[in-house]
Amino acid sequence: MTPEDSPQAVQVSDLSVDLGGRLVLRGIDLRIRQGEVVAVLGTNGSGKSTLIKTIVGLLPAARGEVRLFGTPVPRFRQWRRVGYVPQRITAAGGVPATVFEVVSSGLLSKRRLFSPLGAAGKQAIEQALEVVDMADRRTDAVAELSGGQQQRVLIARALVSDPELLILDEPTAGVDLASQQIFADAVRDRVASGTTVVMVSHDLGPMDALIDRSVVMRRGRIVYDGPPHASQTHAHVHHSHSDDGPGWTPS
Amino acid sequence: MSLFELEFMQRALIAGLLTGLSAPAIGTYLVQRRLSLLGDGIGHIAITGVALGLLTGSAPVLTAVLVSIAGATAIELIRARGKATGDVALALMFYGGIAGGVLLIGLAGQGAATLNTYLFGSLTTVSQSDLYVVVGLAVAVLVVAIGLGPQLFAVCQDEEFARTTGLRVQLLNLVIAVMAAVTVTVAMRTVGLLLVSALMVVPVATAQQVTRSFRSTFVTACIIGVLACLAGIVTSYNANVAPGATIVVLALAGFVVAATVGTLLRRRSGRARPLADEEPEVGVPAPEPHVVSPGHPHAHNPVCGHKKVEHGDHVDYVHDGHLHAAHGDHWDEH
Ligand SMILES: Nc1ncnc2c1ncn2[C@@H]1O[C@H](COP(=O)(O)OP(=O)(O)OP(=O)(O)O)[C@@H](O)[C@H]1O
Ligand SMILES: [Mg+2]
Ligand SMILES: [Zn+2]
Ligand SMILES: [Zn+2]
Ligand SMILES: [Zn+2]
Ligand SMILES: [Zn+2]
Repeated sequence: MTPEDSPQAVQVSDLSVDLGGRLVLRGIDLRIRQGEVVAVLGTNGSGKSTLIKTIVGLLPAARGEVRLFGTPVPRFRQWRRVGYVPQRITAAGGVPATVFEVVSSGLLSKRRLFSPLGAAGKQAIEQALEVVDMADRRTDAVAELSGGQQQRVLIARALVSDPELLILDEPTAGVDLASQQIFADAVRDRVASGTTVVMVSHDLGPMDALIDRSVVMRRGRIVYDGPPHASQTHAHVHHSHSDDGPGWTPS
Repeated sequence: MSLFELEFMQRALIAGLLTGLSAPAIGTYLVQRRLSLLGDGIGHIAITGVALGLLTGSAPVLTAVLVSIAGATAIELIRARGKATGDVALALMFYGGIAGGVLLIGLAGQGAATLNTYLFGSLTTVSQSDLYVVVGLAVAVLVVAIGLGPQLFAVCQDEEFARTTGLRVQLLNLVIAVMAAVTVTVAMRTVGLLLVSALMVVPVATAQQVTRSFRSTFVTACIIGVLACLAGIVTSYNANVAPGATIVVLALAGFVVAATVGTLLRRRSGRARPLADEEPEVGVPAPEPHVVSPGHPHAHNPVCGHKKVEHGDHVDYVHDGHLHAAHGDHWDEH
């Protein structure tokens, strides 16, 4: 199967989104194949979070549509296949909740109503906490964690259902380098088994090497879509000057 | 004859027990969603419901539950549509409910005394049929509050995330509002409509002083609610004062005690368990690798014709698919 006709995880066609009377996204076209790892880059306010939220169905499309695994999002029901990490919001509510409790809500897409959390669920939560290195804080109140630790809890909440499509909005903002490395390793394992990743980030850090493709947004449009920028990967070290480009002036 | 043998006291105590359980149960979700005053708003709307019952000669408990469910649904829809913030929608309910209630009571020709028994609770007026309604409603509230616990928790904790797990968030929000309305009616006879919200919020605030998890807050709040209700009813009988006020004053006293104890406990455990040195030392992030483009005979400049790309504080030149940046006397790969 060639990459072109392998199944699409995310299909965004001619998407425009209106927020408070302003077109925040304008005519976005984006296709993400299963198994791809895509970084969404762009300045503050360029519409990255808006795109992400529209993809997971939190914002309605003013024009165009989003399909997840081939199904238009308003009709999409297989949410267990999707894991979402929102851009930093506090993980705490008005009542104390433990790390374990917050992560357990990541399993709701798999749980029936009026049924208790099974042993498999507890196991999955422990594993997800292990991945973000928060297992020893499982009974602590999330409100008493630092911002970066809360972010790690939100990452665990998205990973716990073992989704096929991870949609991450600046998941590692405020997370220290050691934890970013652990997170990148966990994502690498999942990518190896076929997980698709869409990730917004200003600083890819250890995730850098995983990225297959980057999409750069500016003012609600996609201005670049292609292989990761050389400045992000430091991939090319060798360089020959056999062919110097235009404007070569002998000095 | 002891007060536990009096039939009306038995009914009052059963109603109190169920009120003490269900008000904090639904209150925990309201507090978590930072909608502590929703119960108060619904309580005010229920006044209109009670008045409607008195005016039409039907059971006030039934008209109250219907009107408050309608009111709670309306406020939830207004909030969800974003027509008014939750705050403003609540204010509208407060005014509409109390004004409508007083108006209708006046039309019904009932005095302030009747209204008072609904506003502040009354032990002697819990009839046998009232009790059946109260038991049925309270059991329904508890079954939903406990059975749908994980779902309701997720919705109250992070509504957007809950939606991405496929939960019917709007429906669950409506369930919470309707449960709050039902609880108001359950609590109407014991604490009364004006103070019912206190019984939803104060036990939760009290429990929070000593708990760290949602589940333990939920359970502790229910226990506190039951204790406050039962103790309040007994005290109210002995002192011959309105049960609502007694229950709430007891609950508030419990809050003061818990807040003090909680502060002491935290200070103590802080001393016993100094902040663990939990973060392993990590190396300072390595600087970007410095890669020099070897043997670079060409000197890029703004008009050399290579494409320019802004990169942080400098300009890179696109050169054979590479990015080159000036660095002293040589060119760097970027
Ligand atoms: N609720 C809203 N109403 C109106 N405009 C909004 C709203 N939310 C965001 N915007 C606007 O939409 C634009 C895109 O916002 P978005 O949050 O998608 O940016 P972003 O690329 O994620 O930025 P950042 O890097 O800061 O996260 C911004 O210009 C912002 O002002
Ligand atoms: Mg953003
Ligand atoms: Zn040049
Ligand atoms: Zn060059
Ligand atoms: Zn150099
Ligand atoms: Zn550069």
